[in-house]
Amino acid sequence: MSARLIELGEELRGEGVAVGTSELLDAFSALEEVPWTEPDDFREALAATLAKSPDDRRVFDLVFDRFFFRATEAAALREGVREEGGVSRDVGEDGEGAEIDLDALREQIAQALRDGAEGRMRDLARLAIAAFGRQGEGSGVIGVDVQRIRRSLGLRSEPQPDLPPDDPRRDGLPREELRRFEAMLRRELERAQIERTEQLPPSRPLNDLDRALPSGPLQDLAAVHKVVAQLRRRLATQGMEARGRKRHAHVDVRRTMRASLQTGGVPVELKYRPRRPRRPEIFVLCDVSTSVTSASVFFLSVLHALHDTFRKMRSFVFIERISEVTDVFSKERDFAAVSEAIGRDAGVADISGYTDYGRVWTEFKQTVEDELHPRATVIVLGDARTNGRDPRADVFASIAAQAGRTFWLNPEPRLYWNYGDSVISAYAQHCEAYECWTTQQLEDFVKALTRPAT
Amino acid sequence: MAVTAPSSVAEVREGLSSVGYLPGESTALVSYLATRLGKPVLVEGPAGVGKTELAKALSRYLGRTLVRLQCYEGLDEAKALYEWNYRKQLLRIQAETDDAGWDTVQDDIFGEEFLLERPLMTAIASPEPVVLLIDEIDKTDQEFEAMLLEILSDFQITIPELGRVEARTHPIVLLTSNNTRELTEALKRRCLYLWLDYPSTEHELAIVKMHSPELPDTIARKLVEVVGMVRELDLKKPPSIAESIDWARALLLLGAQDLDTRTFRETMSVIVKHRTDLDIVAERVGVKLGGGLGTPAS
Repeated sequence: MSARLIELGEELRGEGVAVGTSELLDAFSALEEVPWTEPDDFREALAATLAKSPDDRRVFDLVFDRFFFRATEAAALREGVREEGGVSRDVGEDGEGAEIDLDALREQIAQALRDGAEGRMRDLARLAIAAFGRQGEGSGVIGVDVQRIRRSLGLRSEPQPDLPPDDPRRDGLPREELRRFEAMLRRELERAQIERTEQLPPSRPLNDLDRALPSGPLQDLAAVHKVVAQLRRRLATQGMEARGRKRHAHVDVRRTMRASLQTGGVPVELKYRPRRPRRPEIFVLCDVSTSVTSASVFFLSVLHALHDTFRKMRSFVFIERISEVTDVFSKERDFAAVSEAIGRDAGVADISGYTDYGRVWTEFKQTVEDELHPRATVIVLGDARTNGRDPRADVFASIAAQAGRTFWLNPEPRLYWNYGDSVISAYAQHCEAYECWTTQQLEDFVKALTRPAT
Repeated sequence: MAVTAPSSVAEVREGLSSVGYLPGESTALVSYLATRLGKPVLVEGPAGVGKTELAKALSRYLGRTLVRLQCYEGLDEAKALYEWNYRKQLLRIQAETDDAGWDTVQDDIFGEEFLLERPLMTAIASPEPVVLLIDEIDKTDQEFEAMLLEILSDFQITIPELGRVEARTHPIVLLTSNNTRELTEALKRRCLYLWLDYPSTEHELAIVKMHSPELPDTIARKLVEVVGMVRELDLKKPPSIAESIDWARALLLLGAQDLDTRTFRETMSVIVKHRTDLDIVAERVGVKLGGGLGTPAS
């Protein structure tokens, strides 16, 4: 069994959960304390020692299910155990047999979902597969089958007022239970498939959809996600030592008095307060017109993931006018939800939907003028394509002059700069311009940004 | 009521319930593991789901003293670990007569007599086993986290002048975090992890009834359902368990007979605490109460 646990650890690592040897040792010592025969305790004990953040926990649950489901199925195949008769006979005990009343079934399932009765849901899931799944002629894709069954059962989370009042589906079903029911359907279908083909499906990496990765036209989502995780970890720990003690003027009275004891109460040696680490104040302006949306939102979410590295951070998105989105990010951590919220609420497109840099600079300057000072950093992300409008580089220059540092990130390769309506050179003379279209470049930039100013 | 180490998860669950804390499945298990393995527990979750309360309940259940260290930005060793009582040391030196040698004074003023114990030191040095609660660890700096590592893994503190102070007894350590920032890997590695989330409807109902048993069943159930509904909305601050309990008490005080739209509007401010949130809730939930849910169930 210990070998199995180490395999589980390996699989978790493969999904990006940091499982170290010490975690595995903890897991073993925890398992000595709980009975192995209690599936819930077993699972929680492992989760408490192996998964150490809400994200990890979600991945852990998925991997745990997959791992132990596959493990039992593999064992069953070896031993030649089959559930007799497949799916449909299993529920014959209820006296319903082959003739299944569809309407009654719908209602039973809905009732079970409302009550959250686990055992009954499992039985009913099988029944539903028998009734609707049409084994043999199923689509072969489990996900499709699950959705088809759910639809034909009429299970929905929103209220359906046209149904008779005693129907449990009328007020809508609890979303959580629906999801659980779907998971059960999926599992039963997988089981049926394994029995049919007598081999295990290949162990696939967790579906992108299961993990809430950034969605958008960025090519390799998993790679991006990994970079962000590493980046956060690296940035969280680095740089602190570089911000060490320098010359400063605040005398620490307590420590001075304490030191004066060595000289009989005469403060010969002055002790100073350590200087608080200086964190930059950041203003981010992101173009969210269609050409660069995904890059912008991704960049914003990286910065917000790092928000505790900065003392203060305000973010804006713009197309024709600007709109502050700091609140959206502080409330929402999930990438997909953020991009949706920005698309819905920001209200940055005015008439044409084309970027108008001139107007953006003016509005931005009005909004933050009082807060710009030499210790503030302004970051602009955009392709500097003005669609033939006036770039107003003079306003931009005055913003850059007021702020301490100004960066421009261009998500286009340097080759395309200044071609067509791109006016990046007009802005580049007032700021540091970077190209930023791979995660590596992004990482380099964020590193440069968080390095203490010297 | 002092309890020695519990011997099963069920025992912990009952024990915690008996002191007024209804633990969820994983809460009971992790608490049990904490008492058995002697590892610190990192408890994370939204505000007000009973993270701090868990530590208090554990201390009541195990009959141990609760030592609490509230973290905030700028907290340093002198306030968390120990400090030399320099005023007393000064007095000691000045009270010294001339004939006392340098060495005696030197030894004297760095004795335990001149040590001011701060929470972490208290927990380590206590002759009785304690429950140590390090509250809102995410509010401190990373430097402070690093300082905690020695305590969390070896239960000892090194004082340059005195040497190493090792724990005489094994404290149960709980660290809570509201997840406002990512904690370091090194800290996480040393802890068991417990994620506390909003409880299920049934669980919360049980909690509310435990705290205000006089509240009629129908109202309690409706209250919990409404709170669940409010949490579904996109609010700045969703209501916590503590607020459900407060609300139940408020309703009891007011002698509410039923939870209808009017009562809801009047008492809503107990669970919703933002101007904008109030509007959203009044709009969405108020309407629902008036309709389907609002019709008297009994």
